[in-house]
Amino acid sequence: MRKTTRLHNVIKGVTGVLVASTIMFSVSTASAEDAKVGFVYVGPVGDHGWTYRHDLGRQAVEKETGAETTFVESVEEGADAERVIRKLASSGHNIIFTTSFGYMNPTLKVAKQFPNVKFEHATGYKQADNMATYSARFYEGRAVIGTIAGMMSKTGVVGYIASFPIPEVVRGINAFALAMQKVNPDAVVKVVWVNSWYDPGKEGDAAKALIDQGADMITQHTDSPAPLQVAEQRGVQGFGQASDMSAFAPTAQLTAIIDDWDPYYVSRVKAVMDGTWTSGDVWEGIDTGMVGFAPYGDAVPADVRAAADAVKQGIVDGSLHPFTGPITNQAGEQVIGEGETLDDGVLLSMDWYVQGVQGELGQ
Amino acid sequence: MIVSLVKRPEQSQSMVYVSPLIALVFTLIAGIIMFMIMGVDPSEALYAFFVEPLTSSYGWAELGVKATPLILIGVALSIGFRAGVWNIGAEGQLTLGAICGGGIALWLYDVDSFFVLPLMIIFGVLGGMFWAAIPAFLKTRFNANEILTSLMLTYVATLLLSLLVHGPWRDPDGFNFPESRIFSDSATLPVIWSGTSLHLGWVFALAAVAGIWVLMSRTIIGFQIKVVGQAPDAGRHAGFSVNKMVWFVLLLGGGMAGLAGLFEVSGPIGQLLPSISPGYGFTAIIVAFVGRLHPIGVLFAGLLIALSYLGGESAQITMNMPLAVTGVFQGMLLFFLLACDVLIGYRIQWGSSAAASATGSGAVSNEVPNG
Repeated sequence: MRKTTRLHNVIKGVTGVLVASTIMFSVSTASAEDAKVGFVYVGPVGDHGWTYRHDLGRQAVEKETGAETTFVESVEEGADAERVIRKLASSGHNIIFTTSFGYMNPTLKVAKQFPNVKFEHATGYKQADNMATYSARFYEGRAVIGTIAGMMSKTGVVGYIASFPIPEVVRGINAFALAMQKVNPDAVVKVVWVNSWYDPGKEGDAAKALIDQGADMITQHTDSPAPLQVAEQRGVQGFGQASDMSAFAPTAQLTAIIDDWDPYYVSRVKAVMDGTWTSGDVWEGIDTGMVGFAPYGDAVPADVRAAADAVKQGIVDGSLHPFTGPITNQAGEQVIGEGETLDDGVLLSMDWYVQGVQGELGQ
Repeated sequence: MIVSLVKRPEQSQSMVYVSPLIALVFTLIAGIIMFMIMGVDPSEALYAFFVEPLTSSYGWAELGVKATPLILIGVALSIGFRAGVWNIGAEGQLTLGAICGGGIALWLYDVDSFFVLPLMIIFGVLGGMFWAAIPAFLKTRFNANEILTSLMLTYVATLLLSLLVHGPWRDPDGFNFPESRIFSDSATLPVIWSGTSLHLGWVFALAAVAGIWVLMSRTIIGFQIKVVGQAPDAGRHAGFSVNKMVWFVLLLGGGMAGLAGLFEVSGPIGQLLPSISPGYGFTAIIVAFVGRLHPIGVLFAGLLIALSYLGGESAQITMNMPLAVTGVFQGMLLFFLLACDVLIGYRIQWGSSAAASATGSGAVSNEVPNG
């Protein structure tokens, strides 16, 4: 409770300063020539996954708005992040995108001190008048690849390489497992946590271990193509993460979930330029294109493509929700009944596995 | 033609202290060449690296913040290294300090008292000492190699922290995200330079440098450490207990690392997270050696390494240079430093190896030059 009140005070404080400063700011609205946009990345731009896609978004901003952009890569979540964000804020950047969950509190701290600068934090839940949050409904993509896995896995065992047991990742695992079970009720998802967003060595080792345990398909919530490379070598199949990784696994990649931040970044930077930027929370999915897909691999047969396309279409037109009941948790208790769907609040704080996911989730 | 290294009969004492400066000059020269190859104006790049971060009072404060854990740990580790005790697990001891001290902050979350912070500091130190006591016990009791035990305990500590913030210590209002509550004001380190983030830990770091300097140059313990490190047999003959020494330096290193960890979580971070240090405990080993295992040297080495991090960020922001440049810079500095060290201990001999061995002075060996 205490923290919430503090947060409220912060927001009040920020509002006060903001009101005073809007007058100043509207006079000197950033124009195309002098708008400066900063990005803070958790991995290297060459991770070919999460950070790589954010950097493509940055390049799109540069191309389409003419704004000057800056990025700092491989920034540790914690004290270093605060320093980097502050450095960007104090060096004339008008809007700063911080692209990892662990940057939430550092971003908020700096946002308090720089009411004239706009901040955008990816995947977090704390906002302020000059700090917005944004994320994509990646779980919708997981439902699509889960469908493919359910239809194509021969052993019915899929290995899932996961980063940190935060709701976003757990949600993805559950969405994948549910979609897979819809096709193959006996399907099993084995999860290995590597406690890192980007560690090709660990990710690859986890993939090997999972394949040794009978998984004939690999999927991941980590950022490097290493698991797919292992899949390619070992002759099993898998899915790209965050970007099209077919260059690393031309036969193994069946498709990939693609994070497309380009339109969002461009629109937010334009909003700063014409003075219409407001804080808020954005959570978009397949319908707006924030969650996209790589072309199907050659190994995906026509009926599987049709089924996957139907799931995509169902999600877009609202006829299908990846978390539609009946859903049973690991302990065998029914969470929701036939026809009900989990609401966003439950999805955002998900800390339990559905049945069919193997492994324990630390509580 | 064969090149061989021949041990010098006597090492130049002044060179031992000048070599870091020589290494720095070589690094700068190599850096200039590298920037020219990259097509970047070297003067601009060096400015971005070494000057730009310090052009504001804020930058100086950040330098102090970044250097604080490196100095605190580096200065303590250097004592252990002098005594020939290789505590490689300061990162784990730092983590335990953060867990124990941070645990107090969470336990006394609703207590608004002056005593919260001192209690956290005490428990932070005790936590680090406890983690270092394990390798100390295993070393003195079973003669287990402290390099392995202390290093492996680092991973245990990291997982322990992860377990706590994913489980019992998770913020109850935090949507299950793995982080603790943000510490209350009475559990947060005071800032000693208003308007910046320079915190009380910096004062402790300076005090540690002074304290360790006095310890090493003015006390019997310091003398014993030096003797045991350089000539264990002589130490034993003089009646110094090697076991006591092992305990002392490990507990000292652990305590200081624990203190550094507590300062990180109650200062710049302000809460417990699954990952609280970008490897300060490991970087401090480099700091200790760049600083010639001397407290004043460690102070400057800590500041230099901290500056290289800030400079790396500044070069990314102002010149769009890749992060890898920072790594290359640090690598070159260490390379030149070690190269200088070799040449202090050995001289190059041109000619056949037969000629070298004929001098009877034991050419290239796996003997470590006495740094």
